[in-house]
Amino acid sequence: MIQQKIKNRLTKEKLMLWGVCLFAALTAVPLFAILGEVLLRGYDQLSWSFFTEPTPTAYKAMKAIEAGEPIPGGIANGIVGTMIMLGMAVVVAVPVGILCGAYLAENTKSRFANIVSYLTDLLQGTPSVIIGIITYIWVVVPMKGYSAIAGSVALFIMMLPLIIRSTEETLKILPSSLKEAGLALGGNRARVMLKIQLPAAFGGIFTGVLLAVSRVIGETAPLMFTALGCSFMRFAIDKPISAVPLLIWEFFNDPNLQELIWGASLFLLLFVLTLNMAAKFWCRTKVL
Amino acid sequence: MQKTESIKPILEFKKTCVSYTKQTMAVKYVSAAIERNTITAIMGPSGCGKSTLLRAVNLMHNLYPNIRVDGEILLNGDNILSMQPIDVRRRVGMVFQRPAPFPTMSIYDNVLSGYALNGIRLSKSEKDATVERCLKSVALWDEVKDVLNKKGTFLSGGQQQRLCIARALAMKPDVLLMDEPTSALDPIATKHIEELLLELQKEVTILIVTHNMGQAMRISSRSMFMYLGELVEYDDTATMFTNPKDERTKAYLTGKMG
Repeated sequence: MIQQKIKNRLTKEKLMLWGVCLFAALTAVPLFAILGEVLLRGYDQLSWSFFTEPTPTAYKAMKAIEAGEPIPGGIANGIVGTMIMLGMAVVVAVPVGILCGAYLAENTKSRFANIVSYLTDLLQGTPSVIIGIITYIWVVVPMKGYSAIAGSVALFIMMLPLIIRSTEETLKILPSSLKEAGLALGGNRARVMLKIQLPAAFGGIFTGVLLAVSRVIGETAPLMFTALGCSFMRFAIDKPISAVPLLIWEFFNDPNLQELIWGASLFLLLFVLTLNMAAKFWCRTKVL
Repeated sequence: MQKTESIKPILEFKKTCVSYTKQTMAVKYVSAAIERNTITAIMGPSGCGKSTLLRAVNLMHNLYPNIRVDGEILLNGDNILSMQPIDVRRRVGMVFQRPAPFPTMSIYDNVLSGYALNGIRLSKSEKDATVERCLKSVALWDEVKDVLNKKGTFLSGGQQQRLCIARALAMKPDVLLMDEPTSALDPIATKHIEELLLELQKEVTILIVTHNMGQAMRISSRSMFMYLGELVEYDDTATMFTNPKDERTKAYLTGKMG
């Protein structure tokens, strides 16, 4: 009787284990399916010129298709635009986000900090299309035109809560002895933060920035309202500019350029994967 | 007793009280005078308020707005409680229970971190001299002089704690507070630190919280016994250990309470 019960329990446990493994494997299926699909379709298009030349015109693409040749040109204008806007957004978002995160980590009990913390959560949950339209009202309308600046403002707003949160969380897990030791040596709170706490939290904060970048690099909706897009190489920040996700959308809408969708998608996907892996690596090696 | 009257105490508690909440006091009306260039041990069972009393001296309690410190604590006759924390902490160093060298700084920079944190710039030769002087005074120089650029966390626990003492000494404090500095260390490292403290009392007054009665007996000249926030007895260490006046002290020292 008891033998039988034990046997039943062991069988149940085995079933449970198999079930858990099965569902864990199932969650990995979409990821590999997406990667495989994009890789298979986009692999052919990757070439040196794909990264160095701007988007072809629909006419040129049509000619090439008629002649049975591969479509000339690439996504260089999108890469340049993405890098310019991301760069500007990061340069502003990193200091602002870190300072705000430091404030939140240090003042867990103040009412103002609680409100800021709540707003950060709200901002993180705000749909990107709304951030796009708000940036349109705030930046594009007063500047009387679409621009890389407007695009970077939208990306900045999207990155900010991610950087704030990662800074706050990393600072909170540092041992309090570090802060007390710094203060005991006569440092004021700002110096202890800058010279001891933030350097010690560098790994976590850097990981947060990488994840924030990989989160916004694929954003399309907010850039439609702000950067608009541009079919040739442009480095001016006060003019409309292209971005890789914008290009994917444009390629989708133009029957002649549809071939290029997969190359651009593959580039974006690989970029995000690389950033994520770098973040993982930093997380493992540098966090205390 | 005559000695304390002739020499002005460097540190003096006058009816010092510390409370975490309105109802309960963690330290109750402690009055005691600490003589210059001595080691004074603060003993007592867990939760008796000894660390709380120690942390009142360098205004560590200011970090937590709920904690109230009342009474007076005089450093060379000036009331610490009405001074700026930054000024107090430069004159009163502290060493914590767990060695906490700054993990991102080299051994060299750890020793000089007090200057960096106070925004004091030193020339290269002043820096070198300070690092050498402080590491020598904690008997760490010979062990680390070739690896000064390695991270402080690369050292062993005992070495890290000596590095933390060196870091506190670099600011040339009048008083050094130590909160169970050897409780995380092995017996050999503990012995090194104890020998070091006996040497250091020539240049700095040491106030040390310890759970270890043997340690108090070995290194301190004066001892305080605290119980439930009260200072029960304060006397020469030799007198207290051989002839305690209070029953509670006696019970603690003989292991009947602890």
